[in-house]
Amino acid sequence: MVMKGLLTFPSTPSIAATGVTAGPLEKKSPFHVNFDKMFDDERCGMKTNEQGHAKLMEDAIMIALSKVDKVPSDADFLLAGDLVNQMTPSNFSATTVGIPYIGLFSACATSVSSILLAALLTESGMSKLAVAGSSSQHNAIERQFRYPIEYGTQKGDTSQWTVTAAGAAAITPYQEGVPCIERGTFGKAVDMGMTDPLNMGAAMAPAAADTLMRHLSGHNASASDYDLIMTGDLSKVGFSIFKKMVGNQGIKDFQNFSDAGEEYYGGLPEFKAGASGAGCSASIYFSEIYKKMMEKEYKRVLLIATGALLSPLSYQQGDTIPCIAHAVELTMK
Amino acid sequence: MDEKKYAKLEQSITPKPPILKNVIKAFLVGGTICLIAQFIALFYMTFFNFTERTASNPTVATMIFISMLLTGFGLYKKIGQLGGAGASVPITGFGNAVVSAAIEHKSEGYVLGVGGNIFKLAGSVILYGVFSAFLVALVKTILVKLGVVSW
Amino acid sequence: MFSIFITSFIVGGLICVIGQLMFDVAKMTPAHTLCTLVVAGSILDGFGLYEPLIDFAGTGATIPITSFGNALTHGALAEAEKHGLIGVLTGMFEVTSSGISAAILFGFIASFIFKPKGNI
Repeated sequence: MVMKGLLTFPSTPSIAATGVTAGPLEKKSPFHVNFDKMFDDERCGMKTNEQGHAKLMEDAIMIALSKVDKVPSDADFLLAGDLVNQMTPSNFSATTVGIPYIGLFSACATSVSSILLAALLTESGMSKLAVAGSSSQHNAIERQFRYPIEYGTQKGDTSQWTVTAAGAAAITPYQEGVPCIERGTFGKAVDMGMTDPLNMGAAMAPAAADTLMRHLSGHNASASDYDLIMTGDLSKVGFSIFKKMVGNQGIKDFQNFSDAGEEYYGGLPEFKAGASGAGCSASIYFSEIYKKMMEKEYKRVLLIATGALLSPLSYQQGDTIPCIAHAVELTMK
Repeated sequence: MDEKKYAKLEQSITPKPPILKNVIKAFLVGGTICLIAQFIALFYMTFFNFTERTASNPTVATMIFISMLLTGFGLYKKIGQLGGAGASVPITGFGNAVVSAAIEHKSEGYVLGVGGNIFKLAGSVILYGVFSAFLVALVKTILVKLGVVSW
Repeated sequence: MFSIFITSFIVGGLICVIGQLMFDVAKMTPAHTLCTLVVAGSILDGFGLYEPLIDFAGTGATIPITSFGNALTHGALAEAEKHGLIGVLTGMFEVTSSGISAAILFGFIASFIFKPKGNI
């Protein structure tokens, strides 16, 4: 029995299908060809940004369910979260689909914490079909955490662009021919005293390094066992720091390492350090990575979603930024 | 790893802002905004009955009107990204702060949203402008009364 | 007459350079920077230095936010000069700035017309 936040799933619950939705600007992402639905309007045809945010999540859930020929009333659990105050977009999408709902907050790491909890519910036999996911909508998140959208402030090279995207995964007991969840690690909240909300990558990197090292040592694995180790949204700056930190702890080869945030927009300079947001990791994990696992290009991957657990209030009061990273190990048999 | 060691590692990797480049861009963008305003002032002095001094008020109002249009059409944030302080220090930046907050919060209604948040960013500038004006005037008046300085 | 176009550009640009240095070197937020500049404009007027700057640079001195501190202080001082200490108080209720009035008016009008866009 492995513990201290380390999880193993002997029955290997499967990710039977995924659904990914995104906004108009995400067409600039080289990954957009694998997204299921792209909206031409950032509010997704709704009146407010927050309603559009809920619509993104709702459509991602419906797409994931439709791929396994199910309707919401067939599902046992919905585990979802986002970054808006009290997670109202996820709450509203849960109201619309009507699946028994557990709202989760791990900031941008919710994509993985929701999968881990759905896998636990499946493992325990309490769930035959659970939907896990997370989402973010650029305008809704920026106005809450930073400035009004149209405010003319200069973004530095460390700042990240919150994506408009949602990802959902349908998790079932073991099935053949789809990726399954073998192991996982819940992260600790790590705070290294960073205070700059425009340099989140640097704040989150220690959490990601901590979770990676705990996962590898706790499960007796080594970094080279994986075809891919992908962090969530550390982006350029945070990912460099992360590699340096785990490099100091004995990992030498970074060929199989990548970061969803850094690659999200293909390195376009107007997005600065890269992407962030709860929808960033979810939309890459559940499209690009899932597809490559289905094609057996990747047989074993480790996904480490990272999240900064700050609020606008906490940083205005001068508090540091605590961060978290959760890891899930997917295999394709 | 402790916080101090981490801060050192973080600072060695985090890119520094390109100060010289930013300063030059701020100079050019800020200077250009002031130059445009000078042409507008010239317009008011030439075609209306304004002096160099009194032209300042309509010029400021016109600049804020232009700033409103640029903000509304999504262009001022691009000027802000290019010019940095060159876009925020001129009065157009003040206008941008007010206008961007106003249009951002219209989704919460015109009283609680626009009314309650229009000075979300610009309010601190008004507060410190008014309060420092009060203090400076008070100190100077006392000094004049004491005969230390004259008007 | 036309030299004022050159001085306006240079002085206005230089005030913005001070602001940029406060962003990048002193690591101040835009709000802290602008508040400091407003207070600086107010203090400069206390020493009687801001009006000569306006004569020299025209809009190069009236367009940067420092002129906002100057305008308020100038109004308060004018009243104080007439009525003494009471004038400081009454002056505070009379001073205003075309910047604030215009921003309130156009900000409210904009909220009827525009919606924020998440483009880049």
